[in-house]
Amino acid sequence: MTNVSPAVPTTSSSGDTRGWYRRNEIAVTPWLFLAPGLLFFAFYVIIPIFQSFNISLYRWDGLGEATYIGLANYQELMTDRAFEISFWNNAKWLLLYLLAIPMGLGIALFLNQTVVGIRLYKSLFFFPFVISQVVVGLVFSWFYLPKEGLLNAFLGVFGLGPVNILGDPTMATYGIIAAGLWPQTAYCMILYLTGLNAVDPEQVEAARLDGAKGHKMLWYVIIPQLKPATFIAFVVTIIGALRSFDLISIMTNGGPFGSTRVLSFYMFEKALAEFGFRMGYGAAIAVVLFLIMLVFIAYFLWSMYRDEKVAR
Amino acid sequence: MFPTPIEKSSRQWQITYQAILPLALILWLLPLIAVMIFSIKPDADFTNGNYWGMPSSFNLFENYGKVFFESDMPRYLLNSLVITIPTVIGTVALSCMTGFALGVYKFKGNLLIFFMFIAGNFVPFQILMVPVRDFTIDLNLYDTKTGLILFHIAFQTGFCTLFMRNFIRALPYPLIEAARVEGVAEWRIFWFVVMPLMKPAIAALAVLIFTFIWNDFFWAIVLTQGPDSQPVTAGITSFNSEYRAAYHLMSAGSIVAALPPVAMFFLMQKHFIAGLTLGAVK
Repeated sequence: MTNVSPAVPTTSSSGDTRGWYRRNEIAVTPWLFLAPGLLFFAFYVIIPIFQSFNISLYRWDGLGEATYIGLANYQELMTDRAFEISFWNNAKWLLLYLLAIPMGLGIALFLNQTVVGIRLYKSLFFFPFVISQVVVGLVFSWFYLPKEGLLNAFLGVFGLGPVNILGDPTMATYGIIAAGLWPQTAYCMILYLTGLNAVDPEQVEAARLDGAKGHKMLWYVIIPQLKPATFIAFVVTIIGALRSFDLISIMTNGGPFGSTRVLSFYMFEKALAEFGFRMGYGAAIAVVLFLIMLVFIAYFLWSMYRDEKVAR
Repeated sequence: MFPTPIEKSSRQWQITYQAILPLALILWLLPLIAVMIFSIKPDADFTNGNYWGMPSSFNLFENYGKVFFESDMPRYLLNSLVITIPTVIGTVALSCMTGFALGVYKFKGNLLIFFMFIAGNFVPFQILMVPVRDFTIDLNLYDTKTGLILFHIAFQTGFCTLFMRNFIRALPYPLIEAARVEGVAEWRIFWFVVMPLMKPAIAALAVLIFTFIWNDFFWAIVLTQGPDSQPVTAGITSFNSEYRAAYHLMSAGSIVAALPPVAMFFLMQKHFIAGLTLGAVK
């Protein structure tokens, strides 16, 4: 906090009669402004991360005494079948959730026109993102209902079904991911619509004169210019996939037979729900999830750091 | 402009496009439309198996009236409002200050603190869950709205700092230098020079945070329990278990729960999208 901004005349020579605060104003002010935000963030976010690491080394029911058991929680994870299922479901989420990016781009390209009422269409296409995931979950679980659901009514027209997507352990996870893709695609769409607005029309014209058309134009001229939008779409989609909790909790509550659990949901179950309060074991699951996320966070921060360097 | 503007294409494709648009929209919103139809149907349609035919009577007022006057729903809605609004105010206030500090001043650790805010904003909620719950219990705030508000303010400050700092970075720096040369105190520069320029950023953040917090479910079930403090996202599950299999009421209930952020979005669309797409263009 000693680096004084050079833009300011440094008058703090000897014989300065102003008070200490006035003399060090530029150095002190940022810390005063940061203090409340930093304090909140430290107590509720930064410190808890380390506490979770610590708790994961204990056996603790959340009320009584915690017993130190070293890495025993992690050893138990290695042989825990439910953990394995959750882990692989997370992988499925991560992979399939990325479909939101091309789908969002597709819809954005479809809607990037100027016809009457297009603004309303764009907002209505974006609609699913604004609704809470809880309601999205409810809407889709009713949509999938074997008897009352619209999906099966629709399949029935073609003489197919009925299928009970959420009741079938092999399909349930995919059913939930499809529900999650709905708002996520809307989010990516809006990112790309904004990106398409900023595409340089001269470059497009020039490419057109050179005979670029259709998917060649898209791949070589448009998509490179959409790079910032794509980066953000990646960040929010990956974070969204690893954070998936609401939909699972609402649509299947982990079932049938635990087949739709993911790490975030399994952790909650272990620590707070039906299995009783195994805080230490839950924390160990959270640590694993955190470490997976950390790989992506590190990559995002590194990319941002590069941009910062360029901007300087 | 890509793809080729529709005005420049053949008349036939223009007409086709205009026809596809509404169809695509209906298909896209189909699950939601289904719920809307459910919510105006009478009870009898479900017992008779008339799920997708015409509603035998139009029960909009009856169904929604039940939600509003005969259930805990209004309480949950009020809780949501009481949780969301202070969070929005608190987060915006804190992040204006942190954003100002990180965007205007050069000091050691500036970038480090900035990246700490960003990284914290990306962590999985579960790594915070056990300690934050304990902390809230220690503060005697478990199952209170205040406990939930304090956590939300702290967590959202991460994202908002990122947003505000980048916004302030893009403001013309000579403005601040000029004020300094005039001998204006730093806090006055914040209040009289920078703050007036931040109005669009504040509006964008306010709508975004409103939506995020209104839609939060995880922290609501971790930090609160009953109808005294639970917001509507958590309350809707108990509402649904009360009206099990009464799809017309459950549908009406979820539409009511989803409505406030939707209204917010349509009223403040420009700000909402500006906030969400920050950084999508350079």
